[in-house]
Amino acid sequence: MLSKTASTLYWMSRYVERAENTARILDVAYRMSLLTKDSDLQDQEWFAPLNITGTLFPFSGRHSIVCAKEVLHFMALDPDNPSSIYNCARKARENARAVRGTITSEMWEVLNSTWLEMQNMDEDRLYARGISTFFEWVKERSHLYRGVTFGTIRRDEAFQFHRMGTYMERADNTARMLDVKYHVLLPSVKDVGGAVDYYQWSAVLRSVSAYESYRKVYRDTVTPVRIAELLILRMDIPRSLHFCMHDVYEILCAVQNRSSAEATRQAGEIYAALQFGRIENIFHTGLHEYLTDFLESTDRLGEEINQSFFAPELVVPAKSPASVTSQTQK
Amino acid sequence: MALKPFYDEMYAADGSVRPQYQAFADWLENTPPEKIAQNRQAADLLFHRVGITFAVYGETSGTERLIPFDIVPHIIPGKKWEEVSRGLKQRVAALNFFLHDVYHEQNILKAGKVPADKVIENSQFRPEMMHIDVPGGIYAHVAGIDLVKDSDGEYYVLEDNLRTPSGVSYLLENRKMMMRLFPELFGVQNIRPVDHYPDLLLETLRNAAPVGVDNPTIVLMTPGHFNSAYFEHAFLAQQMGIELVEGVDLFIKDNTVFMRTTQGPQKVDVIYRRIDDDFIDPLAFRADSMLGVPGLMNAYRAGRVTLANAVGTGIADDKSLYPYVPEMIRFYLGEEPILNNVHTWQLSKKEDLDYVMANIADLVIKEAQGSGGYGMLVGPTSTKDERERYRQRVLDAPERFIAQPTLSLSTCPTFTEKGLAPRHIDLRPYVLSGKTVNFVPGGLTRVALREGSLVVNSSQGGGVKDTWIVD
Repeated sequence: MLSKTASTLYWMSRYVERAENTARILDVAYRMSLLTKDSDLQDQEWFAPLNITGTLFPFSGRHSIVCAKEVLHFMALDPDNPSSIYNCARKARENARAVRGTITSEMWEVLNSTWLEMQNMDEDRLYARGISTFFEWVKERSHLYRGVTFGTIRRDEAFQFHRMGTYMERADNTARMLDVKYHVLLPSVKDVGGAVDYYQWSAVLRSVSAYESYRKVYRDTVTPVRIAELLILRMDIPRSLHFCMHDVYEILCAVQNRSSAEATRQAGEIYAALQFGRIENIFHTGLHEYLTDFLESTDRLGEEINQSFFAPELVVPAKSPASVTSQTQK
Repeated sequence: MALKPFYDEMYAADGSVRPQYQAFADWLENTPPEKIAQNRQAADLLFHRVGITFAVYGETSGTERLIPFDIVPHIIPGKKWEEVSRGLKQRVAALNFFLHDVYHEQNILKAGKVPADKVIENSQFRPEMMHIDVPGGIYAHVAGIDLVKDSDGEYYVLEDNLRTPSGVSYLLENRKMMMRLFPELFGVQNIRPVDHYPDLLLETLRNAAPVGVDNPTIVLMTPGHFNSAYFEHAFLAQQMGIELVEGVDLFIKDNTVFMRTTQGPQKVDVIYRRIDDDFIDPLAFRADSMLGVPGLMNAYRAGRVTLANAVGTGIADDKSLYPYVPEMIRFYLGEEPILNNVHTWQLSKKEDLDYVMANIADLVIKEAQGSGGYGMLVGPTSTKDERERYRQRVLDAPERFIAQPTLSLSTCPTFTEKGLAPRHIDLRPYVLSGKTVNFVPGGLTRVALREGSLVVNSSQGGGVKDTWIVD
C-alpha cells in the first residue's frame, strides 16, 4: 500500500476518534458544571477541557475569560481552532476524499454526510438542539462510522493502519480524560472524597462509557484508584490504555517492514508495562505524572510510526512536549 | 442569419414521438408528476451524499459543485449506434496511425496531405517522442470523441479529445442513478449496459504494458484532490482496483518507476495518467511542475514504463489539425470517413480570415488549443460588444483561432424550472484502443441547461443525462 495512503487512513481514523472524544470531554465538563450552583466555580469547570486537550494557550490568546459558551464554541464549532470538532469532521472528510479509492463507499458516505451536516451547524442551532444532543450526535456518527468500517472494509493493510490510528488516538484521549481530575479544582480540600468528588469521578467513568463496566467488575462504590485501574490496566475495557496499546502492538507486528523494528519495540515496551503494571505503583508515582509519561511515550511512538511507514525520506522536525498539544497530521 | 430548426431527439417535426422514445413517453404519461419530482430530488440528495462533484477553477480553491443531472435520457436506436461506432473505430484508428507516423517517418507530411509546418511548429508536437516505439503503436489509449447532431439529423464530430478526456465516471453514475430511481424503465425495453467500462479500461491498460511484463502493476496518476476531475480519478482507481498516485508517491531509479509503499518500493509498469504532458516531469517539461516525477520521461523513452495516453497525443487533437482528420482516414485506411467533420475555417489563411471577419455574427470561433468551452465566441448569441472585443483578439494572432458554422445542436426534453423544455445536447463516447478497439454503448450526454445555450461544458453551467442505446 502507498505510504501516503497508509498515512491518510491513519489520520482519517484519528480525527474521527478525536471528534468523538472531544465530544465526550465537553459532555463531562458540561455535566460537571451542572453540579455546582456557584457561577465562578461553574466557569472553573471549563478550564478542564482546555487543559486536557492542550488548547488553553490558543484559547486564551483569543478570549479574555473562560466561560461555558466561549469554550463550547471554541472546541465544538470554531473553524479557527485546528482541533475543534468542526475541524476534526472536516479533516476526517478531507482525508477520506483523498483515499476514496481505498475505503468503501459506505465509509466515505458517512464521513461526507457528517461533514455536510456539520457545516450547517452554528451556535444558535447548537443551543436550540440542546448541547448534549449535539454531543450525542457526534458520538453516534462516530459509532456509525466505526460500524460501517468494521462491516464493510477488507481485512488488509488499509484496515490495519486505520485501526492503528483509532487506538493511538484513543489511548491518548483516555489518558487525557483520566487526567481531568488533576485539572478540576474541588471547592476546598475538605471536599475530597465528598459528594462533588464522587460525581466528578463518576462523570469521568461515564465519559468513556465505562460506568456499567465498573459496576460489573467491582460491584462496589466508585473510588479513584479503581477507576484508574479500570481505565489504565484492564484488558477487557475497550477504551483502556492496556486494550488500546495491546492492539497497537499487535497491528505493528502485522504490518512490520524493514525499518519498523523500533516502532514495534516501543509499542511492545509500553504494552508490557501496562500488562504487568500495578495500580499501587502508579499511584505511588502520582497519577498525573504517570499519565504525562504515558502521553510522552505514545507521542514518541507516533513519531516512530511516521518515520518507518509514512515518510521514510522526510526529516521530522522537533516536536513540542506531549502534554501540551495533541499530535497533528503533517 | 436565422438559426435552422433544431432536430429534437424525442419528437419528430410533426410532434409525434420518435419510435426509440415510445416506451419512455408512455412511462412519462403514466407516472404521477409528484413521483417524478420526488425522484429528481432524491437524485440530488444521492449525488450529494455520494459526493459526485467537480471542482470549479477560478473560484476559491477546493470549491466543489454538483453536476446537475437530468432524468430524461438521451436515447439512440441500436442501428444508428452501430453506424456511429464504426465511424468512431475508424476515426480513432486513423488518429493513432497519424500519431505513430508523425513521430516516425512522417509519410503523411511528405505526401503533402497535412501541412508539415502545422505539425512541426505546433507547441503540441513533442520532438522528445521522435522514433520512440510505444507498445502496440498505440498512443491514444483513451479517446473522447465529441459528437453533435445538426438539424439534418446527422452526427458531426465537434472535436477529438486525445490527452486526458474526462467525464466517464458521470456516464457510469448516471446509469446507476437511473436504475436506482426508475427500475421500471429498464424492464420494458432492452437498454444496453455500460457498467463494464472499468473492466474494458483495465484490459486496455494491461495490454499496454511494456514488452515482457506479464502481470503489470498499473497505477492511476492524478494531479491531486484539487483537480476538477479528482472524483473521477479516485472512482476509476477504485473500480479497477489499482492505486491512485500523485507525483510524490513515485520515484525513478535506474530508469525504472517505483511507488513508495509501506513495504518499501514497488515497481510500476503502466501509468494511466490524468495529468497533462507539461506537468509529468519537471526535468523534461515544465520545470516548475510540483505534480510530476523527475526522470519519468527518461524511463518512458527507455521503454521501462507505459504512459497512457502517450506523451505528444495533443498534436492529433489540436483544433488546427482537426480539418485534416478526414484526409488522415483516407491516407492510412484507404476508406471514406463515416463520421462527418464540421466545416472549419483556418484563420491563418487570408481568405478564411476575411470571410470569418465578415460573418462573425453567424459563426463560432474557438482558440485552436482551448478546451472546456473557455474562450470561445458563439456568434449568434453574442452581443455586438463581445464580438468587437473578440475580433480584436483574433486579428492580433489569427493563427491561434479557428471558426466553424454555428451548428444547430439537437435538443432533448429536459426538466427546467418551468417544466419539460428542449435543451441542446452533445454526446461524448469513450473509445479504448488496445489489441482491439472497445467501448461501452453510447457515451456521456451533456446538456446546456440555459435556454438557447449551445455550450454544454460542466464548467459553463452544463448538466448531464443518461444515454441509452435501445434495441
